[in-house]
Amino acid sequence: MSFTGTDNYVATKDLQMAVNAAVTLQRPLLIKGEPGTGKTLLAEEVASALGMPLMQWHVKSTTKAQQGLYEYDAVSRLRDSQLGNDKVHDVGNYIKKGKLWQAFDADERVVLLIDEIDKADIEFPNDLLVELDKMEFHVYETGERVQAKHRPVVIITSNNEKELPDAFLRRCFFHYINFPDKTTMKAIVGVHYPDISQALVAEAMQMFFDVRDIPGLKKKPSTSELIDWLKLLMADEIPEDLLANRDQTKAIPPLYGALLKNEQDVQLLERLAFMSRREQR
Amino acid sequence: MLVNFFYTLKRAEIPVSIKEYLVLLEALKAHLAFADMDDFYHLARTCLVKDEANFDKFDRVFGAYFKQLESLEDVLNALIPEEWLRSEFMKQLSDEEKAKIKSLGGLEELLDAFKERLAEQEKRHQGGSKWIGTGGTSPFGHSGYHPEGIRVGGESRNKSAAKVWEKRQFKDLDDSAQLGTRNIKVALRKLRQFARTGAAEELDLDHTISATAKNAGMLDLKLVPERHNAVKVLLMLDVGGSMDPYIQVCEDLFAACRSEFKHLEHFYFHNFVYESLWRNNLRRQSERTSLYDIIHTYGRDYKVIFVGDASMSPYEISSSYGSVEHMNPEPGHAWMQRLTAHFDKVAWLNPVPEEHWGYTHSIGLTQQLIDHKMYPMSLAGLSDVIKALAK
Ligand SMILES: Nc1ncnc2c1ncn2[C@@H]1O[C@H](COP(=O)(O)OP(=O)(O)O)[C@@H](O)[C@H]1O
Ligand SMILES: [Mg+2]
Repeated sequence: MSFTGTDNYVATKDLQMAVNAAVTLQRPLLIKGEPGTGKTLLAEEVASALGMPLMQWHVKSTTKAQQGLYEYDAVSRLRDSQLGNDKVHDVGNYIKKGKLWQAFDADERVVLLIDEIDKADIEFPNDLLVELDKMEFHVYETGERVQAKHRPVVIITSNNEKELPDAFLRRCFFHYINFPDKTTMKAIVGVHYPDISQALVAEAMQMFFDVRDIPGLKKKPSTSELIDWLKLLMADEIPEDLLANRDQTKAIPPLYGALLKNEQDVQLLERLAFMSRREQR
Repeated sequence: MLVNFFYTLKRAEIPVSIKEYLVLLEALKAHLAFADMDDFYHLARTCLVKDEANFDKFDRVFGAYFKQLESLEDVLNALIPEEWLRSEFMKQLSDEEKAKIKSLGGLEELLDAFKERLAEQEKRHQGGSKWIGTGGTSPFGHSGYHPEGIRVGGESRNKSAAKVWEKRQFKDLDDSAQLGTRNIKVALRKLRQFARTGAAEELDLDHTISATAKNAGMLDLKLVPERHNAVKVLLMLDVGGSMDPYIQVCEDLFAACRSEFKHLEHFYFHNFVYESLWRNNLRRQSERTSLYDIIHTYGRDYKVIFVGDASMSPYEISSSYGSVEHMNPEPGHAWMQRLTAHFDKVAWLNPVPEEHWGYTHSIGLTQQLIDHKMYPMSLAGLSDVIKALAK
């Protein structure tokens, strides 16, 4: 079965190919792209399209590769030994399975999302090379060898905050989510709001892409912001207004707080609007 | 043909490895691309290119390589690599890779499977989009890699919509001013290595606890070398005027690997250092940090990197009240000497081409003050700075 997007998710042809290659050849898929372009959502949608459970490992700056395998709670064990607890004799009682282990252990093939891998230390990807390649690892404390029963579909996302090591890259399929063009964006809006007025979409998208084009924005609004913004526009029944007063509102979109989250960006937009109004006079 | 394609990508400086090439063959064998050429393009890209900055280059090579629609026979002929090339290719493989090829049925088998794929495609699209490699000749001629020299878009004979790779949709990602340029990437890699030099022992708490636990509660200390982020850097940037674009590059460069350094601090100055510097250029008048404070705050193990052209009137270094900007009771060189006396390592990156340094008196003065640790602002210069600071 191959992945072609879902009712909730628009996947371009190249993304479909990348997903299908990763699923078929059982190698990790690395997804890069601006925040809000649907990287995390992709893993959920792949799981639901392929009918596989999803396991999510959200990486933080302090996350260590080892935590994905297992953690050995030596402190509890030490305490138990001092209290004379019998549990202490089986070291296995103190081993906590990580996400990777859980994914390897599952009775069916699962989708494993390793989200925002670039948040972690730069050694993090290197520390997982062998585990992701061979889909197995060794538990020192118990001498156990953990092997994937079914090689999970591994989807790894990165916001490009750090470069990833070459050795790691070589083992992955790679897809960069290019910021959606207008046609794709329309399709994405369509899966979210099938009944939305086309006139509103056209108008709003025009403004959205105009805002994205403003040079010097700290954080350009992304797909997710467009989706949220449209929801507000519909709720506020702004459409009529918006369409009627196009010229006036052009410089500054209504409810722009949903598009720009950064204080400086908001100021920049307001300044530009002010200047363009002055020019018109 | 694919082998040649692979080498052409390499020649275009896209970092592809044999491992990835084998994955592509494996994917073809698994019928991942058979419907059309777009599929093959997408498959090849997801297998071979791991950095969007190289997508545009890939598109150009792809377009140039699979250029013309000719006969299937040509395709088949082109498919089979020259004998010597094939043996060359095999020679480059590691044992593991050879084993991999074998497990897939051998190189011949892989190529045959690919030929079949092509034949199928041919049947499906009679007269449709057939394609062919240029069969071993480099699309770039004899003169190496000349992006401008390749005409891709608009060359297809059938006037149908442009092929995906002809749209050049990733053009902006290539050489995108920030970190896309190859120089900066290499520079970053160097800085990153720099950030990880210098290893001190630190207590490995987890390991100590587990070892102690295993040891029935008897304390068993474990030490590990501190693996990274050992380097502390003070960046001193000359702002105002002609230096600004260079400063920007440098700031971006360091900012991009900020998290790699244990500590990275920056201060601004104008032309030369005096009794105070500032951190925020917008508030350079109101918020200044005295140089004494800097010396007292940051330990001598901080590596100080100046970025500036060191080009000014000599008085700005040698005389009291010589600064162009303010009244400085003590000359610049006195402040610089305090700085170099405190910090063990001080180096200077200068965007002025090295050949011209001899003509500017103030550069010579600065050189003397920093023990001749001035280097041009190039990749090589950056390497030298790192070397000088790491020693
Ligand atoms: N291709 C898409 N199809 C449907 N919705 C999308 C798509 N891309 C982005 N979105 C919307 O944007 C939101 C943010 O996506 P998310 O996966 O969180 O982005 P990222 O992980 O890249 O930061 C999603 O919840 C969805 O509403
Ligand atoms: Mg996300």
